[in-house]
Amino acid sequence: MGVGRVRITCVVNGQSRTTDDVWAGESLLYVLRERFGLYGSKNACEQGECGSCSVYLDGTLVCACLVLGGQAHGREILTVEGIAPESSPHRVQKAFVEAGAVQCGFCTPGLIVATHDLLQRVRQPTDAQIREALAGNICRCTGYAKIIDAVHMAAGSR
Amino acid sequence: MEFLQPSTWTEALGMKAAHPEATPIAGGTDLMVEINLDHGRPVAIMDLTRIAELNEWGTEDGRLRIGAGVTYTRLIDELGDRLPGLAMASRTVGSPQIRNRGTVGGNLGTSSPAGDALPPLLASDALVELASVSGTRRLPVREFFTGPKRNAMRKDELIAAFLVGPAAGAQQFSKVGTRNAMVIAVCSFALAIDPERRTVGTGIGSAGPTPLRAPDAETFIQAELDWDGRKQVSPATLDRFGELVAAAARPIDDIRGTADYRRHALAVLARRCLAWAWAA
Repeated sequence: MGVGRVRITCVVNGQSRTTDDVWAGESLLYVLRERFGLYGSKNACEQGECGSCSVYLDGTLVCACLVLGGQAHGREILTVEGIAPESSPHRVQKAFVEAGAVQCGFCTPGLIVATHDLLQRVRQPTDAQIREALAGNICRCTGYAKIIDAVHMAAGSR
Repeated sequence: MEFLQPSTWTEALGMKAAHPEATPIAGGTDLMVEINLDHGRPVAIMDLTRIAELNEWGTEDGRLRIGAGVTYTRLIDELGDRLPGLAMASRTVGSPQIRNRGTVGGNLGTSSPAGDALPPLLASDALVELASVSGTRRLPVREFFTGPKRNAMRKDELIAAFLVGPAAGAQQFSKVGTRNAMVIAVCSFALAIDPERRTVGTGIGSAGPTPLRAPDAETFIQAELDWDGRKQVSPATLDRFGELVAAAARPIDDIRGTADYRRHALAVLARRCLAWAWAA
């Protein structure tokens, strides 16, 4: 590999993945989408403002666009694709569908991961806690009321 | 672009000496934006997230020494009781995703006048610990900032930690922005009261070329406060304090707000913070 090219090996959704010849400035989001073919994490603002690329890095909710590819070497990543098997969606995913919290769908993967993280920390969040936890996930269809309904539904609190 | 990934602090200092042009990265909340949007390309990047020491904090001679890599989320969770002002400021940083990654070390390194953690560090008279292969030095944060996004670091140095005393009294932080999350401050203000030493520390954000103190406001209010009787601060005194804080600012007009608005808002924030803290 040339100078400034990096090899990354990490565990993504439970599977060990390796990619070579990564440009040193490449983001984890680019690695996930363009090298590993995981298109669930969306690429929008590329500055951590919109939350549509939210993933877990070693169990912590992060914006994949702000993680340098090389920083993910040796780490564990969970993307929206790894939240539940396709055949049996997670209760958060079901609730988003049932509550009508999905409009264009672009922000949905990030919101699913962020909601999943919230419900692991707070089992029955209040409206204020939901707003705070999802403050970094922007829905440009502005479907926030239904999104908050979906979080309550997933938590079983409404 | 070269990628450097030291696994120990000694290794990191050696690499920084060999590659003084290398830009350190921790949470990436500043640097990755630059790279992603192609606003700038460092010659080399040095990842500091593998260095265990940077993620630790402890006490030293009654002061807290907090590793440069401790995230805002951890500051809030683990040190919120001892550093309430810094924790309040940390809660206003970005979103959960950003607070999970961003660090005070990064805020210091970037040295933006809008860095949320910086006014509380000024108000509490914190120290910045800088290290290189030739040794370690501790600099008052009040002497650290030299201009917009400029600081007193040498090319071969890295930020190891910051040191700050646990709150001796009430602390406050307040910030103006267009929403309650995800905003760069239009202006911000931090206050720290030390009833034992009878001092009041201040810090102004986003209203000058660097984060600033308001020394005249500090001197004025220290003399005015009824330290023994804890009498309520009069409206006239609050107003004067606000005026002196606003006078210490050196704001400009920019996309986030005008200089006039910033001065006005700072006077309001300063009055409120003082009233809240004194009543606490």
